[in-house]
Amino acid sequence: MHIPDGYLSPQTYVPLYGVSAFFWAISLRKLRKELSEKEIPYLAMAGAFSFLIQMFNIPIPGGTTGHAVGGAITAILLGPWAAVIAISTVLIIQALVFGDGGITAIGANCFNMAVVIPFVSYWIFRAVAGKNIQEAKVQGGSKRVYIAAFVSGYVGLTAGAILTAVEFGIQPLIASGPDGRPLYAPYPFKIAIPAMAIEHMLLFSIVEGLITAAILRYFIKHEPSIVFKFKLVENNR
Amino acid sequence: MLTSFHRKLVIFLFILALLSPLGIVLPEVFKAGDAWGEWGLDTIQEMLGFVPEGMKRLAEFWRAPVPDYNLGGEESPLIVQVLSYILSALIGIGLVGGVIFIVGRLQQNRKLK
Repeated sequence: MHIPDGYLSPQTYVPLYGVSAFFWAISLRKLRKELSEKEIPYLAMAGAFSFLIQMFNIPIPGGTTGHAVGGAITAILLGPWAAVIAISTVLIIQALVFGDGGITAIGANCFNMAVVIPFVSYWIFRAVAGKNIQEAKVQGGSKRVYIAAFVSGYVGLTAGAILTAVEFGIQPLIASGPDGRPLYAPYPFKIAIPAMAIEHMLLFSIVEGLITAAILRYFIKHEPSIVFKFKLVENNR
Repeated sequence: MLTSFHRKLVIFLFILALLSPLGIVLPEVFKAGDAWGEWGLDTIQEMLGFVPEGMKRLAEFWRAPVPDYNLGGEESPLIVQVLSYILSALIGIGLVGGVIFIVGRLQQNRKLK
């Protein structure tokens, strides 16, 4: 899901830098106003976890590889705005230091993985878990909460993958040379979207879902005080 | 400032770092190639028979210090790749954790003023 340099045209990566910058500005403000000192080590660890889990490339035998992102669990535990900071930091360091994802594509990759995955995951979790998540926590978690966590990771990662495929897919439409050949990512929607959607739905998103549910369970059992504070969003109301 | 729960989480992160080479060994064992849409220029050339002009122009303008989490280059023996991967994981934990911690603290300090 890490778009390299050269796959996106400037008409695509420049506006996406703008979109991500908008989310960075808001999330930094929220970090200042709404995150407590106690949560900073958790945010740092969430970022480190996301970096590590992305190193576990999962093979589709004879085919391609993919990985989880850890965006859903970060959004559930620390709120989606905090996840924007944590995952963006990971993606920027991956691009600068390890050449994983392009420099020109930092805006696009951050929008896909650090904005869309956390927010979609977070909304799905809230919707599926229902209104009684605080009670579920007191009771040591409920089946419904863990199902919600799985679905949130599953749908969140899949949404990020499909959005990435859309960005690939528009390239041949908007950027072709005078000879009609593509200038950047060459594959149209009808190839890019099924390829990205299917591999994630069949394997990688399942892994993201399982990781989300397992870590949520661990936190509910061992450190319930920091779970479901939803600080960065709740305080706004 | 580190509680015993923090310590447990940090140990878990280090265990993940030590296990991270599974992320290059398993794809090798199962003959899985690049992630979709992350092919290098050689692979693109093979797939399409040409490299798109814009891609050629943009693809290699940034030289990452540790490309592909590998210090030894593409053809280096597996043991070099495995050790590089673990080292990259440790560098990654330090950089990501450190940057977030500093940004977090800076934002906290601005709150006090």
